[in-house]
Amino acid sequence: MLYDVLIIGGGIVGGAIARELSRYELRIALCEKEVEVGFGATKANSGIIHGGHHAAPDTLKGRLEWAGNQLWDELAAELGFGFERIGELTVALYDEQTPVLDRLLHHAAVKGIPGVELWTPERIQQEEPALSHDIIAAVYAPTTGVVNPYEACYALAENAAQNGVDILTGFPVLRLHWNGELWEVMTPGARLASRFVINAAGLYADQVAAMAGVGNFAIHPRKGQEYLLDKRLRGLVKRVIFPCPSPVSKGILIIPTYDGTLMVGPTAEDTTDREDRSTSAEGARTVFDAVRRLAPGINEKDIIAQFAGLRASADGEDFIIGPTARRGFINAAGIQSPGLTAAPAIARMIVEILQAENLPMTLRNDFVGRAPHPVHFAALSTQEQIALTLRHPRYRRIVCRCETVTEGEVIDAIERGASTLDGIKFRTRAGMGRCQGGFCTIRCMELLSRLRRLPMTALTKRGADSWLVCERQEAVNGDERAPGIEVGDA
Amino acid sequence: MSELVTVRYLCIGCPLGCRLEVDEAPETHAIVEVRGFSCRRGKEYAIQEHTAPQRTVTTTVAIDHARWARLPVRSDRPAPKEMVLTICHALRHVRVTAPVKMGDVIAANVAGSGVNMIATRDMPGQ
Amino acid sequence: MITSNPRHLRGSYDVVVVGAGPAGLEAAVAAQDAGADHILVVDRETEAGGILVQCIHSGFGLHRFGQELTGPEYAQRVLTQVVKRNIDVVTDAFVLDVDRERRVKLMTQEEGVSLIDAQAIVLAMGARERTRAAIHIPGTRPAGIFTAGMAQRLVNLYGLLPGRRAVLLGSGDIGLIMARRLTLEGVEVVGVFELMPYANGLNRNIVQCLHDFDIPLHLSTTVVEIHGRDRVEKVTVAPVDANLRPQMERAWDVPCDTLLISIGLIPENELSEQLRLRIDPMTNGPVVTSTMECSRNGVFACGNVVHIHDLVDFVSAEAMLAGRSAGRYVAGAAPPADNVRLLPGENVAYCVPHTISTEREHTIYMRTRRPLEACSLRLTDLGGKVIYEKKLRYVFPAEMVNLKLRPAVLHHFHNGALRVDVAPRADG
Repeated sequence: MLYDVLIIGGGIVGGAIARELSRYELRIALCEKEVEVGFGATKANSGIIHGGHHAAPDTLKGRLEWAGNQLWDELAAELGFGFERIGELTVALYDEQTPVLDRLLHHAAVKGIPGVELWTPERIQQEEPALSHDIIAAVYAPTTGVVNPYEACYALAENAAQNGVDILTGFPVLRLHWNGELWEVMTPGARLASRFVINAAGLYADQVAAMAGVGNFAIHPRKGQEYLLDKRLRGLVKRVIFPCPSPVSKGILIIPTYDGTLMVGPTAEDTTDREDRSTSAEGARTVFDAVRRLAPGINEKDIIAQFAGLRASADGEDFIIGPTARRGFINAAGIQSPGLTAAPAIARMIVEILQAENLPMTLRNDFVGRAPHPVHFAALSTQEQIALTLRHPRYRRIVCRCETVTEGEVIDAIERGASTLDGIKFRTRAGMGRCQGGFCTIRCMELLSRLRRLPMTALTKRGADSWLVCERQEAVNGDERAPGIEVGDA
Repeated sequence: MSELVTVRYLCIGCPLGCRLEVDEAPETHAIVEVRGFSCRRGKEYAIQEHTAPQRTVTTTVAIDHARWARLPVRSDRPAPKEMVLTICHALRHVRVTAPVKMGDVIAANVAGSGVNMIATRDMPGQ
Repeated sequence: MITSNPRHLRGSYDVVVVGAGPAGLEAAVAAQDAGADHILVVDRETEAGGILVQCIHSGFGLHRFGQELTGPEYAQRVLTQVVKRNIDVVTDAFVLDVDRERRVKLMTQEEGVSLIDAQAIVLAMGARERTRAAIHIPGTRPAGIFTAGMAQRLVNLYGLLPGRRAVLLGSGDIGLIMARRLTLEGVEVVGVFELMPYANGLNRNIVQCLHDFDIPLHLSTTVVEIHGRDRVEKVTVAPVDANLRPQMERAWDVPCDTLLISIGLIPENELSEQLRLRIDPMTNGPVVTSTMECSRNGVFACGNVVHIHDLVDFVSAEAMLAGRSAGRYVAGAAPPADNVRLLPGENVAYCVPHTISTEREHTIYMRTRRPLEACSLRLTDLGGKVIYEKKLRYVFPAEMVNLKLRPAVLHHFHNGALRVDVAPRADG
């Protein structure tokens, strides 16, 4: 198959690029090594659309953070994923931290971010009474928002597919070869060819760049452990709470997720293992020690889930975006925080780069920017729920009791492309609640089995060797009848 | 005369969990003494468990045309303890068809154990 | 077994019972006997019977039916009574919400979301299992981690196995029962690990589920890390010290593809929370009076939604009381309010009900904090006077203590609060 542009990596960055490029008359493919898109760093992202004032204005990160921030309202409205500007507070606990607050105010002034202001302890207590009385000042930014990062990623990829992009999941890229005219892209199942290759390979972006012969940077995975808290604490904190950041990390935050549950984290641990998504007792201690200083009412007892993700930080700690010494090979690499925020702006930047590289870019006249919004039963009013279930019987069964997810939503997710348990979970929230799948796992498996026409034993949690259940022995060994049995006439 | 053999059991009568000891004669296997119990039921249990331990067998068999893939069954009387695994292995090859009524005999004299397996619920046909 | 008996649902019911497990079914029958006419029982599963449907082992019913039954047999006996009556049962349905006016937001296969008025509500949703996160086991998040109940469902209803080689965390009865079930179905059970220095399950299950199959039980040992990228590959286990802190220098790895977690149950209190009922932090269930009424009038609760029972027989007894109370409430014949508060004292984690009346007979259920032998259960007034004392041979945290209290006992006590202690006997 011959493409104009082939994107390697189906995370939020690859998804945003694919969707942005799908506006043009181009043949586009997106190769994702995992069984579904969004299964890498995106899946464990904190889901914050940063206010715009965190990164310094003279860095690429700093420019794209604010540029990206402003694109999310339109994206969310078009694609129907949840996004809300809940605002944030960066809080100082000591006098020595106030220069950090001054710097944030300065960034905001330089970039022209509206509404960013300094709050007194009295104002902080009035607005966020669960926060510690030790906080001496805070910078408030109304521009900060929260999204479900995976939901956004699915929405982008699905809309891209709707506009003709080939989303190739389970397609790890093994080799890249420039044949003088085109990039040949070798995957286990197919050999693809493309005029341009965009490297959005996240944690593996350095290896992909090396395949292209421009491996002049290294990705340093930085692990972040996150802890999701029981919905009992919903509303305890209303805005995203940041401590004053350190040079390598924004610190450990309190995040009211889009769905209302609180999440705390992430840690920042440099690691060499690109697949090490393990949590640790030290990680939990680090997170909760830090969080208690910000909000004393939060503790480990309310953990309902813990997970870790890896940030793809590159040498120099800035994004690496742009053409390389190899013609047609473009990096979108080293996308660490605020990568989610910046993703839509990165996608636009890629468009400009391709134009500069003389790829003819004609806007399509049949581009469909609005995607059908997925049903989110729990968010509907009672009257809307009555109307929906009256019209559509598929929404008449609750599959996930903790998050009130209906069978119809799970079926929608499967029809939209979910092929694994995690794929369903990240699209619908089934299994994310306090019982952690105790109730819905088997129901989701039954639906996957029925709709994908697969036996339960062929289903996985997230592809590869993540099988869920196995056959009984006699099913494996054949059903020969044992002697000495008289079967009753039941 | 050779020494007595002592076998230990954990009493299951109540949460006290008395550590029971049964002394038996080496050749005749006759019980010489039971110790460690703190009630009559404990002593009886020790003797039973030592001489002829028995278990009620509960497991499932395959069922067709039913809501579930498996039908729960139990033995109609306690089976000799050493037969439990054999009985369950034998039942792996039993397959019945719904409808089934609670109490129906599903498999008789399983593996020569003398026990019958009966259905422990109604399973309507589908 | 019954699924929905889908006649058209009424717009209002005398009593709506949430949950068609043993608690809900017994409560429905008792409510009708006490005078309620129109009763609706709602269950989210495709058939009534609750968790008993998958508990295929025996050990149920000695108190309730005078003989030892398996779970499905117990469920079917209770169901038989319901079927004989004019009680609406709707399965594959879900109570989404109950508001202050006891208007029930119900989802059914037949009608979708609808609103139904109830004069009385009985909460009988049972319990859910505590998960890995409840005890913060670090490590990866591979496939192959199951709660014992989920594995039980897969094995006993679906005929599927959770894996080939399993480690069990927790020695509660469900876990022990699953160790035997898996063994009988050809899964290798490598061992059972228990944080506490004693097993949490019945001795009968220790003997018949573990000893019978030579499955090792490691006391004072716990799982400290889970390994495996896609599927569980191994777990790290470590002995714990007297303060239950893992001693990592003595940790070892156990290769396995499955981790079964059986570390206890918590009342399923989604609706209790939505109704803003007062919750007892010890039981995690609603605070109840001696008629099983919660902190909101006309809302009753029974079974594991109130506190975790160790025998379904006690659930039945409690549910009959709750159902009877709901029926009487609807008939306008509720008894006078309680006049005595029970305060858990020494070695008592909680008492249910939380209040009693000096006018009536009560069964008080309680759980102790630590094992004791040759002790006594005392009710003491706030002046320090012992009102009642009963000698007990032993108490164990894993075994609920129940006390039948006759009005005569409280003859000289009129109202106020009574402290409940389970302590060594005063006479030594």
